[in-house]
Amino acid sequence: MILQSIWFFLWGLLWAVFFITDGFDFGVGTLYPFLGKSDQDKRVMIHSLGPLWDGNEVWLITAGGVTFAAFPLVYATMFSSLYTALMLILFALILRGVSFEFRGKVDSPAWRRLWDGCIFIGSAAPAILFGVAFANIFAGLPLDENHLFQGNLLTLLNPYGLLGGVLFLCFFLVHGALWLAIRADGDLQQRAVKSANRVWPVLLIVAVAFLLFSAKATPLYRNYLAHPALFLVILATVAGLLGIRFFLSKQAYFRAWLSSALTIAGATFYGVVGLFPNLLPSSINAEYSLTAFNASSSPLTLKIMLMVVLLFIPVVLVYQIWAYGLFTRKVTQEDLDLDVAY
Amino acid sequence: MDPVFLSRLQFTATTMFHFLFVPLTLGLSVLVAYMEVRYARTGDETYLRMTKFWGKLFLINFAVGVVTGITLEFQFGTNWSQYSGFVGDIFGSLLAIEASVAFFLESTLIGIWIFGWKKLSRMAHAVVMCLVAAGSNISALWILIANSWMQHPVGFVFNNGRAELNDFAAVVFNKFAVLQFLHVVPAAFVLAAFFVMGISAYHLYKKQHIDLFTRSFKIALVFGLIASIWVAVEGDQHAVYVTETQPTKLAAMEAHWDTQTKAPMVLFAIPDEKNERNLVEFGKVPGALSLLGYHDINAEVKGLNDIPKEDRPPVLITFLAFRIMVAIGTLLPLLTLIGLFIKNRLVENRWYLVIMMAAIPLPYIANQAGWLLAEVGRQPWIVYGLMRTSDAASPVSAVQVISSLVAFILVYGLLGSVGYYLIGKKAVMGPGPVEAV
Repeated sequence: MILQSIWFFLWGLLWAVFFITDGFDFGVGTLYPFLGKSDQDKRVMIHSLGPLWDGNEVWLITAGGVTFAAFPLVYATMFSSLYTALMLILFALILRGVSFEFRGKVDSPAWRRLWDGCIFIGSAAPAILFGVAFANIFAGLPLDENHLFQGNLLTLLNPYGLLGGVLFLCFFLVHGALWLAIRADGDLQQRAVKSANRVWPVLLIVAVAFLLFSAKATPLYRNYLAHPALFLVILATVAGLLGIRFFLSKQAYFRAWLSSALTIAGATFYGVVGLFPNLLPSSINAEYSLTAFNASSSPLTLKIMLMVVLLFIPVVLVYQIWAYGLFTRKVTQEDLDLDVAY
Repeated sequence: MDPVFLSRLQFTATTMFHFLFVPLTLGLSVLVAYMEVRYARTGDETYLRMTKFWGKLFLINFAVGVVTGITLEFQFGTNWSQYSGFVGDIFGSLLAIEASVAFFLESTLIGIWIFGWKKLSRMAHAVVMCLVAAGSNISALWILIANSWMQHPVGFVFNNGRAELNDFAAVVFNKFAVLQFLHVVPAAFVLAAFFVMGISAYHLYKKQHIDLFTRSFKIALVFGLIASIWVAVEGDQHAVYVTETQPTKLAAMEAHWDTQTKAPMVLFAIPDEKNERNLVEFGKVPGALSLLGYHDINAEVKGLNDIPKEDRPPVLITFLAFRIMVAIGTLLPLLTLIGLFIKNRLVENRWYLVIMMAAIPLPYIANQAGWLLAEVGRQPWIVYGLMRTSDAASPVSAVQVISSLVAFILVYGLLGSVGYYLIGKKAVMGPGPVEAV
């Protein structure tokens, strides 16, 4: 029981870290056609992500791998149920990844426009689709007694799911704009700050709407009412939201970005603690839900994997923090001139 | 159309495409790391230019390899959910370990390597490349342990209607995995060596950047010589173990129909699966198959006719894949041996340079053939002897799979063309001038 519960929250934590890290990549990529006025701007935007996006994306691989290892039935059901949505995300991520590498390799405007388009779609689509997918998980999927998904892509595009998509997009737009405010200077930085200021009120409204809609569309609040201390998670999320605004006005962009990270982690855990112990609740019958207890791996596997994760994830954090330390300063002309760079 | 068949087609297409890029990443990362360490230790700028030139080709290849790898991890869930539920306890953990132990290292440090030229000391930057190489190859190790469990499942018990782990060490030190790692990774090194030798040969043929490409050629030559001989010698051990653990694969890869002692091996044949015999046989060597499989000329080798039809792998593909792999695997060490004798007169031996340019695709074909042999030869099982491929698929509709399959073919077609176009373009362009670093 304890082991399975630990894994449940680790599972949530890995998704949260993925959303925090790759989230600003999605944001910058979505803002890319709007803020990148000149080729120089565009290159600075790509460079602001260049050294980090690949390592960030591995959090997704790890979240997926851990779902497979710790909750095989969830992995099997989640990804086969969300087949088309996941395929769209994968294609988007594929295009985004190669675009960074390909774009600068041929000196032709049409060539660059092609990959510019891919960067935008490859960033905006996953931002929205992850939101749609997770909102649907919060609300429950139509799973029958054999955990078979009785629906299709359109089932997922319900109002609550779509609101989740908009919410995630807003999170990542703010997160990305703040990241750009850290790494760019001059006009580009100013435009990034302006975007963050403009999207923030929208985010606030959508977030509140999502919290209210969740009461109607999901059983998430049951856990909150049973354990009122959990409302602290929502409080932390709101504190992060307000922190963004506060630090933005102080021009403390890194702190604003950290606040945004707190908001994203808070929002993820808002769903995760509400779901517990369900990983994939069934909207047909609560009995058919996949939970941390009925869908987990054997205790031996959970133990071994826990040791692996406790041993290696701290090591990963050490070198990722080192990488962030190297690449949170302003992108300089010297960086752009590197002949192996993008 | 049958969704299981479509899912198999999709997995085949995406895996084979991914594996066009993986072996070059595994081998070239080691070569670039070696070049950069030489530069860091000596300060010789030719090594720096080599590092940058080969590094640039490495990165284009790496990008396509990385993005196409993500698909594979998720495809077990999207298309093979019955399999995932059945083996996740073991197979899933191996993938998760791969991500946390190796893939993070490789992906995080490659970013530092690309953008860290002026932020790190010369030596630190070279060490970063060494870690990228280590990450890639450790990554391969865990993936091969996972694949080996599908080939020869060990360390599990049946429980709760699925395979559950009961001996982690048995899974990790699976003899099949050890042999596979010692075969696949050196084969990847061979591919990278021939890639470097082939492109170097092009520039030597054009008599440009002679010093830089002579050095590159020689480094790759030594690397390729050792690796290609190793692959051949180790492949023999591998075949013995396949004989022991997967008799159906052995019978199919040799198109061996009748159980017999002193079993013969044919150089070439056209298997006729319907009538359970070979249409044409050519170059029959009595006893050779017994020798290959058991290292004993009198050993009895089980034939396909003694294996129930529903347990037989497709004979033609398995048989041809093995022949192609072995033929190329025999040719490559010979090519490197010739190089060894004329390594100081490369520019004069223009015929050899032409051969080496033409040889670039050969290890690619051999690598692909090797995997076809391993995977098609394992059929009809997804986990050998435990679970049939036909029982492993997701309950998704044919329409879903066919849409994603078509999309994969289009997107991967685009990626492959652009990737190889850029690699070719940058390879022909040659190294840039040295700038101050």
